[in-house]
Amino acid sequence: MRAAVRLAIAAAALLAIYGLQLGVEAGFTEYVQRIILLAGINVILAVGLNLINGTTGQFSIGHAGFMAVGAYGTAFVGVQLAGPVHAALGSGAFSDALVFNLALLAGALFAGIFGLIVGMPSLRLRGDYLAVVTLGFGEIIRILFNNATFLGSATGYSGDDPSGLPAYTNFFWVFAWVAAIVILIHNLTFSQTGRSLTAIREDEIAAEAMATPTTRLKVTAFAISAATAGIAGGLFAHMQAGVRPEDFRFERSIDMVVMIIVGGLGSISGAILGGIFVAVSLELMRDLQQYRLVLYALLLIVIMIVRPQGLLGARELHHLLRRKKPAKATTPSESA
Amino acid sequence: MTQFLQQIINGLSLGSIYALIALGYTMVYGILKLINFAHGEVFMVGAYTGFYAAGALGVAGFEAQNQGFPWYLALLVLIIAMAAAALLGVTIEFLAYRPVRSAPRLTPLITAIGVSLFLQNAGMLLFSPNPQRYPAILSEVRFELFGVIVTNIKLTIFAVALCLMLGLHLFVQKTWTGRAMRALSFNIDAAKLMGIDTNQVIRSTFAIGSGLAAAGGILFGLDQITINPLMGVLTGLKAFVAAVLGGIGSIPGAVVGGLLIGLAEQLTAGYLSPEYRDAITFVILILILLLKPEGLLGIVRVEKV
Repeated sequence: MRAAVRLAIAAAALLAIYGLQLGVEAGFTEYVQRIILLAGINVILAVGLNLINGTTGQFSIGHAGFMAVGAYGTAFVGVQLAGPVHAALGSGAFSDALVFNLALLAGALFAGIFGLIVGMPSLRLRGDYLAVVTLGFGEIIRILFNNATFLGSATGYSGDDPSGLPAYTNFFWVFAWVAAIVILIHNLTFSQTGRSLTAIREDEIAAEAMATPTTRLKVTAFAISAATAGIAGGLFAHMQAGVRPEDFRFERSIDMVVMIIVGGLGSISGAILGGIFVAVSLELMRDLQQYRLVLYALLLIVIMIVRPQGLLGARELHHLLRRKKPAKATTPSESA
Repeated sequence: MTQFLQQIINGLSLGSIYALIALGYTMVYGILKLINFAHGEVFMVGAYTGFYAAGALGVAGFEAQNQGFPWYLALLVLIIAMAAAALLGVTIEFLAYRPVRSAPRLTPLITAIGVSLFLQNAGMLLFSPNPQRYPAILSEVRFELFGVIVTNIKLTIFAVALCLMLGLHLFVQKTWTGRAMRALSFNIDAAKLMGIDTNQVIRSTFAIGSGLAAAGGILFGLDQITINPLMGVLTGLKAFVAAVLGGIGSIPGAVVGGLLIGLAEQLTAGYLSPEYRDAITFVILILILLLKPEGLLGIVRVEKV
């Protein structure tokens, strides 16, 4: 019975997203639509990164690398799948959707596996090694894609079709994935596992003393976070004709860090707000390209000194609106 | 065999530059448990200060005659760059790190990333993002030793790095401030209770570490011919890996780690493929984290709640 109700709610939500898509496509210019799609992709990135950086307190600054793995993985698998699926089901909206979502899942799987490879050695130790390893990993993955001839080297991968990758990404798929990932991460964060993750952030040694399997949980959270970045990468890849290594420079990782710090480390609604903030501010600062990163850097430093918990801290917007405090929401900064 | 010896010579001179930078990482980490991400950028600013100082002292005139600087002017360039970098390091510590020193670990880490990013991009605005050719502070003299080509530049790099490291060793072991630094890295709270002015000692640590990085920056410029505002990112990372390899917090460890990373990089470039020279560092990092996380010369410390 409950399953049926949930299915009905999910179907209604998807229908609502579809309705919104029709509205957005009718009401906004293509330029604004593009910003809305980018905002959605940012929200996925921010919510996923927040799981490891905010909730678990282990700092990754190389998520652009996982996004790149997801983007290339999705594009490559999509191109390989398109032929057989079209042969079996005919070409049409349904088979396109099938190819796209299978490819996205494959991209997420690749990104998750890379997350395991990177996370396992560095997360056994104190989390700040993760920052260095992910920074190095982000650079290496770009060098690898730059040299991978079967993925187009520096010019990027755009499939076998001369017109480039198919434009699968639209409002419906972006926001259906946003909804799915936000719900997944929300449920994970407020589950018992999520409490354990918060315990690791607050005091890793104490958590371990309480029989929390810290390494296993940290690595799992990191792999999930990498996989969500992979989904975002796949959606991003199919917004344009091809995937280029240039799209996944270190700046992109920094954009992600800014998203979650502006909103508040450990807050899902904060990450959502931060994702939208970065998408919009990037557009507004388009003419200030060379000053953008200087400003972002200053923003990071000032936030850390003045309000290290970010806009919302570890609180959630809907908890604040309900004026009901969650059981116990300590911000990272309140624990010494 | 000659090729092998050649790679060893090149590796040792590159490695001694990494060692100079790694010392700054390891000293700051030893005391504050902070990965000072901005250290690579201090190294970059040191290289640029040397670049401009050499220009102001009229290196172009000497270069036109195919000569390097006389030794006293070269030394002056080194001292100016080290002083400027020391000032920068102390300023960073005062403005950005001190306000968040007692905050939980993540806060100083993010601040350090912010400072690093700020300096990179400010550097691109100030110094132009294009690579600059480093002035010939020394004019190159090549000579052959058993078929191996040695240049006076490589020898100078090695000699300057060695002198600075010996100086640091004497400073840390023999002076009052050096003893205070060791006390702080052993237990900062107990040191404070013993009446040590911790702010003062931390300031000196940043000044010395930054000065060494600046020396590394000038030597790097001499060795690699060009510099650019993003040079600190990868070099800084490699130096950090060197510090971890040697055992973070350990001064001799940073030297050993730096030399090993330099050798590994040159041998990879020489025998495998130049494309993987940057990747080998991270392979080493992952291996050391898996096999011996305390590093070669590090001490295992039990963490307590």
